[in-house]
Amino acid sequence: MRFLDVFRTATFRLAFAYLCLFAVSVLVLLGFIYWRTAGLMATQSDETIKAEVQGLAEQYKRRLLPGLRAIIIERSSRPGQRTLYLLTSFDGTPLAGNLPQWPPETEITATNWINFTYESGPENDRETRPGRAVQVVLLGGFKLLVGRDMKEVNAVESTIRATLLWALAITGFFGIAGGVWISRNVIKRLEVINRTSREIMSGDFTRRIPVQGNRDELDDLATNLNQMLEQIERLMMGMREVADNIAHDLRTPLNRLRNKLEGAMIGHASREETTQALESAIAEADGLISTFNSLLLIAEAETGAHRDTLELVDLSEVVHDIADLYEPAAEERGIKLIFAAPSRVTVRGNRSLLARAAANLVENALKYSPQGGAVTVSAFVARDDDRPTFSVRDTGPGIPEADRDRVLDRFVRLERSRNTPGSGLGLSLVAAVARMHEAEIKLESAKPGLLATLSFPQVEDAHAPPIAAQARRVLPAPTKAPKVPEPEIQG
Amino acid sequence: MRVLVVEDDREAAAYLTRGLKESGHIVDHAPDGQDGLHLAMGGNYDVAVVDRMMPRLDGLSMVRRMREEGNRTPVLFLSALGEVDDRVKGLRAGGDDYLAKPYAFSELLARIDALIRRNGSDTVTTKLAVGDLELDLLSRTATRAAQKIDLQPREFLLLEYLMKHAGQVVTRTMLLENVWEYHFDPQTNVIDVHISRLRAKIDKGFTEPLLHTIRGAGYSLRAIP
Repeated sequence: MRFLDVFRTATFRLAFAYLCLFAVSVLVLLGFIYWRTAGLMATQSDETIKAEVQGLAEQYKRRLLPGLRAIIIERSSRPGQRTLYLLTSFDGTPLAGNLPQWPPETEITATNWINFTYESGPENDRETRPGRAVQVVLLGGFKLLVGRDMKEVNAVESTIRATLLWALAITGFFGIAGGVWISRNVIKRLEVINRTSREIMSGDFTRRIPVQGNRDELDDLATNLNQMLEQIERLMMGMREVADNIAHDLRTPLNRLRNKLEGAMIGHASREETTQALESAIAEADGLISTFNSLLLIAEAETGAHRDTLELVDLSEVVHDIADLYEPAAEERGIKLIFAAPSRVTVRGNRSLLARAAANLVENALKYSPQGGAVTVSAFVARDDDRPTFSVRDTGPGIPEADRDRVLDRFVRLERSRNTPGSGLGLSLVAAVARMHEAEIKLESAKPGLLATLSFPQVEDAHAPPIAAQARRVLPAPTKAPKVPEPEIQG
Repeated sequence: MRVLVVEDDREAAAYLTRGLKESGHIVDHAPDGQDGLHLAMGGNYDVAVVDRMMPRLDGLSMVRRMREEGNRTPVLFLSALGEVDDRVKGLRAGGDDYLAKPYAFSELLARIDALIRRNGSDTVTTKLAVGDLELDLLSRTATRAAQKIDLQPREFLLLEYLMKHAGQVVTRTMLLENVWEYHFDPQTNVIDVHISRLRAKIDKGFTEPLLHTIRGAGYSLRAIP
């Protein structure tokens, strides 16, 4: 950026407007000081002269010319006298006073005031000094001049004037310099933001605006912009992932479906065979639909599309309902499904997505547990950090330590979790739901088996009744309830 | 039964119309919401199947207008927007059921049946009976041939739903939605296991089975197979 560009910036314009206001107030202030000092001195000297003239006029009235003359002679000869006197006859012949003659260059201002210069000092060192006087014509044609030497007053006045001008100049200089400096500083930081934006627009989405760390408005702006960029990046990643996944996950089964339909069309097949082929094609289509739905749901959870539908949900209830749903299926496989949720565990979440995540984890656990094994589903408030927690533990083979990292990796980056049976998206969905709820997901060895844990962030108003509980009652209100035992799922 | 199909996709509409006619319904078709509204207000339909995204007037607005003008015809929304929020929107606009595309025709048929029957009997019943199986909704007891059957709360809900739709085909998805209130398809056969448990309780020891499996569709509770 060129130096001159500084003057075009909004910051500089603001600084300049402020500078003008500042200069005006400084001018007013200095003017006031000038008026109160130099101006006052001049006025005072004039007042003194006026009083002197008045006094001498009195004397003349009372004691006539000789008296006046005597007084003037006496006063003029006082040592260090700064008052100037001159009394002349009507033709200008000096009669008394400390001025040798009527000042030659008289400049008559209004009401008999004159400014003039006169010679003074010893013979060998004469100097020209400024004076200011009042001239009056006395009764009888005598002329009287009373004045004061103005050299000192003028000197003080000009010193004050110079000082004030200097003050004005310095103020102006610092004002402009400060304005330039401040605007350049702000501009530099704005320019960083601009440059980063341009880089991002040209495709580098990893760029972020540096935050200075002094928590000012520009830092706020940078932080907000960065958060916005993060959200945009997340959304874009989500889109890209969905596109990739669709390409990968849907093409293969679509191809199979096409093959099956084509196979059914080729002649010589019996009616029964054709029906069979069509049924298998429909099953393939159903599988496709379910994969497609999972992908959409994962993408939605990842991008936080449901974030505004979060409400207070009792995890115990969610887990209880899921355990209730899967208990017979577990029993059929000879697996004990143990449900443990001693009390209300409130989280802020989407009930339906939480239920899906729980269902996926339970399904997974059932899939890998051997006959005679046990799957424990529990919801509780963690003892160490008070976080609402939900966990599923199985007695299957578990995941070896080395691979667990890989699986966790796959949890985070969902794209490569496809070599497991089923649609292979179950755990990805769990991970996406966890991320949407800002929950932490952990896989541990349950010795034997696998322990999957989801730790949710704490809810401040955890004691308010979950909204979901009112809208959704599993059982009709137990009016005259007979002895129907609470569903206790203990295998 | 008279069914109104409001669907802008010609092929989908033709498929729907043919399928419903083959199932014994009388079908009218409207290609957009405006025509659909017109037909719905004029004709006396037992149920309307309405697509959501249509030209001129979308499905939600159409049903909202129908309801504003006092038309109580049961409406089943068909939509490619199958997420939970969309479902809620559809039901709020005055829809009675919501089916996401793509769907199985048997599923649609079962739901249309459920809607038509529901519309017929709006009276509050406290006792349900199918054959010699009886369900008392107040005392929450089930008996078959005067013999008491012990049911878990969820089994009771399941049986209640089946009995309310006795004689109709009830799909697994319908059961999952109405008895468990879940809107997803579990990968495992959870519903089948629940049904076989229930079957063991109500049919075991009786010569006449009541709970039938309808291949490729779902289940049906009826006295005569």
